[in-house]
Amino acid sequence: MPKPEEVKYAKTHEWFHPGGEAAVGISDHAQHEMGDVVFVELPKVGQKLEKEKPCAVVESVKSAFDIYAPVSGEVTAVNEAVTSDPALLNQSPLENGWIFKMKPSDPGEAASLMDWNAYQEFLKQASH
Amino acid sequence: MSTETTLRRTALNETMRKYGGKMVDFHGWELPIQFAGILKEHEAVRASAGIFDVSHMGQVFVTGADAFKLLQLTNANDLRKATPGKGVYSHVTNEKAGLVDEIIAFCLAADRYLVIVNAATSTKDYEWFKAQSARMLVKIENRSEDFSMVAVQGPKVPLMFEQFAPEALKLPRFGIVEKDLFGEHCYVSRTGYTGEDGFEVTAPHSVIDRVWEKMMELGKPYGIVPCGLGARDTLRLESGYLLYGQDVDDEHTTYEANYGWVVSLDKGDFIGREVLAAQKQGGVGRKLTGLTLTGGVPRPGCKVFKDGAHAGDLASATYSPTLKKGIGVGYLVPPDLKPGTALEVEIHGRRVKAEVSRVPFHKGTAFSKDLYTGK
Repeated sequence: MPKPEEVKYAKTHEWFHPGGEAAVGISDHAQHEMGDVVFVELPKVGQKLEKEKPCAVVESVKSAFDIYAPVSGEVTAVNEAVTSDPALLNQSPLENGWIFKMKPSDPGEAASLMDWNAYQEFLKQASH
Repeated sequence: MSTETTLRRTALNETMRKYGGKMVDFHGWELPIQFAGILKEHEAVRASAGIFDVSHMGQVFVTGADAFKLLQLTNANDLRKATPGKGVYSHVTNEKAGLVDEIIAFCLAADRYLVIVNAATSTKDYEWFKAQSARMLVKIENRSEDFSMVAVQGPKVPLMFEQFAPEALKLPRFGIVEKDLFGEHCYVSRTGYTGEDGFEVTAPHSVIDRVWEKMMELGKPYGIVPCGLGARDTLRLESGYLLYGQDVDDEHTTYEANYGWVVSLDKGDFIGREVLAAQKQGGVGRKLTGLTLTGGVPRPGCKVFKDGAHAGDLASATYSPTLKKGIGVGYLVPPDLKPGTALEVEIHGRRVKAEVSRVPFHKGTAFSKDLYTGK
């Protein structure tokens, strides 16, 4: 399980863990803001992803949220467990609640994502 | 947010924040969308007890010799059902039988009524009653600014009221009792918007904090939780209750909303009666129809298809925590689709299989008659 400090963050609150098979999910802040997650529309394995383009949908009781690809690439695996138990996104956003894994096409793209400190600063700015 | 200063705050605003309410703009009112979470709050109300600040709701008092006459003229339901100490859910109808509002009219005494109206429509309702009251001996007062309101809902709530207001336990559904609470004149009614048994307390702002805290104290053994607008919406939609402005408005009639039981054609004349009588006879072209689905969460505005053709849009829709699937209602053409009829709902550009469902989607304790004996 990656620690919150070990992953990179997009401005749209996805996390991206570049280690091994790169995994993508939503940040703890995002799950908190969404509230109870009740449905996840996963991407398809093999689906081509374009950085910052919507590729999945997370539905909470109150609203739907698009999930944007943090970097470009191709989906290599999806987390079927969140289909039957969407609350995993709330309970364990960085571990059991991962959404999909991917093979990035341009390793350089991840550089534009924020590290933990930058993300904390970003959240602070956004709340003002 | 710069708009925050313009939002209206209820007398319970500080209390809502103290309890961790996540405040949002609800039609110009600052109210909590949730506290611990919509699912938890929803389940607490279905299983035990929850408490809501509903102070945005309005209170219009109609008094005088012609109070009954005015309400009978402006309502589709028969006010004779509202004998002293009882209320009646009704639709205030315009000439086209569209809804001016949907209300509860409580008869406090033969010449004294308390009408609970929706927040956004309180001024409109007041003006409407005024306009219809020419040459009547009646006083109409919009006192929405003077009162706060708390709803305490759930199957365990009557147990909480055993000590607090034993007279309220004897009330039938829609019964009301006037009672001094903390030295102020208040109203306790056996009503709510959740489908569960429970009470609504209408009280002056000065004591509403004490009412809230007392409820939290009495509800503690039952695990009472503060609830927000999110749970209020999932609870009311499961119960098939209408939301004014979303499910009904000036352009939709009671029959179209599939609330025919509210219409009392044989009570004598009332505004909109002719249109309703014609619809009763000839039917309606569209009807508010319920549906359920499992492959996603439907939302208001989603398109509904039958046999590939656009049949209407969803007015209200959400995830049902009780049924654990998507539920929604929309004005569909043709009307009178049978439960089980196959439909599709467009969610994020995808057509998801759905089927026509009976409404209410779920019947809580408010629908079971036995409870209201207070035993």
